[in-house]
Amino acid sequence: MASLTVTDEQVRAIKAKVIQPAWVRVMHWVNAFAMILMILSGWQIYNASPLFGFTFPRDYTLGGWLGGGLLWHFAAMWLLMLNGLAYLVTGFATGRFAKKLFPITPSGVLHDVRAALTFKLGHDDLTVYNYVQRLLYAGIIAVGVLIVLTGLGMWKPVQFYYLVMLFGDYPTARYVHFFCMAAICAFLVIHVLLALLVPKSLRAMIIGR
Amino acid sequence: MAKRSFLIPGVDKRLLIKDAIKTMPDFTRRRFIAGGASLGALTLLTGCDVVDSSSADTLLAQVSKFNDAVQAFIFNPDALAPTFPESAITKPFPFNAYYDLDDAPDVNGTDWKLEVRGLVDNKKSWTLDELYKLPQVSQITRHICVEGWSAIGSWTGTPLRDFLKLIGADTRAKYVWFQCADKDGYNSPLDMRSALHPQTQMTFKYANEILPRAYGFPMKIRVPTKLGFKNPKYVVSMEVTNEYKGGYWEDQGYNSFSGS
Ligand code: HEM
Repeated sequence: MASLTVTDEQVRAIKAKVIQPAWVRVMHWVNAFAMILMILSGWQIYNASPLFGFTFPRDYTLGGWLGGGLLWHFAAMWLLMLNGLAYLVTGFATGRFAKKLFPITPSGVLHDVRAALTFKLGHDDLTVYNYVQRLLYAGIIAVGVLIVLTGLGMWKPVQFYYLVMLFGDYPTARYVHFFCMAAICAFLVIHVLLALLVPKSLRAMIIGR
Repeated sequence: MAKRSFLIPGVDKRLLIKDAIKTMPDFTRRRFIAGGASLGALTLLTGCDVVDSSSADTLLAQVSKFNDAVQAFIFNPDALAPTFPESAITKPFPFNAYYDLDDAPDVNGTDWKLEVRGLVDNKKSWTLDELYKLPQVSQITRHICVEGWSAIGSWTGTPLRDFLKLIGADTRAKYVWFQCADKDGYNSPLDMRSALHPQTQMTFKYANEILPRAYGFPMKIRVPTKLGFKNPKYVVSMEVTNEYKGGYWEDQGYNSFSGS
């Protein structure tokens, strides 16, 4: 077979091998970029009036001062929200969430956690997420929704009063927003470590297969 | 068709990888993290060449303007800021400014007059005694600072919209611009719709006592639908105007609408 011709069968075979469709890859990296901007500008905002007895090192904050941090935060939020919304709509519409993230069963999670801790968790078929992955991915999507809702509530506590009400009041929304950020950072660390441990999964998120 | 380019139609694989790697922030690029500095990755996002910090700043300023428009659009003139019972009041209510209390304007109430300028029928200045005679209302609302902290306080005074009506202000004008007694001339523009909001108040009392120096004696503008820096203290004049005259913090980069 000449290397420059492709039969229909080959086309199908290759297509089936695509692990991450293009829309997932694009939105994934846009989200990663937007999240980094939101975290670093959020730390700048936090430093202006810390909730706890610590501040974030200046070098890891964006914007130079509170005003700059706020400008970044309220600019990158559009990228984060539009991209996130597109992702949720496409994820539900294409059936990707139903197919790849669910079901999540307690016994499945327990089994895979045990397998992971004993290094028996295989990654032979990257098109199927194991239960630990499903739980983490579904969980972080929920946290993403939560941080946007608390953020919008704090941004417009009068116009979006019902959003603030959902979390109690303004100060509690602020704490929830902060803890969501902490959860996203924890996820980021684990997520990046695991992706580096299984490099072909990282490759799939970049070139698709 | 070569197999290589087939998987991602029309895209060179190597270039794609290179681009994707570029979207991942490089933590060794200190300038990216340190602030309004050059952002290589932003080039990817906007398609324009962000080479120096000033173009990043320009972009951010444009988005902030866009955010002004968005906030004006979602602003509901009938939506009231939540009110609280007296027991919820934060004690002590924080003093907050970019200077110490000792350096706060010390206004002499008998000499002070509120100047009224711009698009109004009656430009007469008002003494404190005259203002105190206007009907007053009280509100217990949450003051939210741009820094993120908030505190609940009790303010009493005349609804600004009643005063604007009284002086024959052109309420089709865009702004009411406040000037304050601060040494370096604090000022702040308030969009007319927020100025006409039922809870926007010319405040003369805090917790039923004459407004103390710390909270803006003799007059503060309380706008519970705005962040704290848009609630000017030590006010000496108001101007009804169509011109955007900027403000102390607004000019430094805080979002101008900064509505709640
Ligand atoms: C649409 C999305 C978001 C909106 C509208 C939003 C809005 C806000 C607002 C209004 C504040 C308080 C600003 C102030 O104190 O004056 C804030 C603070 C903060 N945000 Fe966000 N945010 C969003 C997403 C995020 C994300 C994705 C992260 C990080 C992953 C994040 C991290 C933070 C942090 C760390 C703070 C400082 C916490 C504090 O001290 O209050 N935000 N955000």
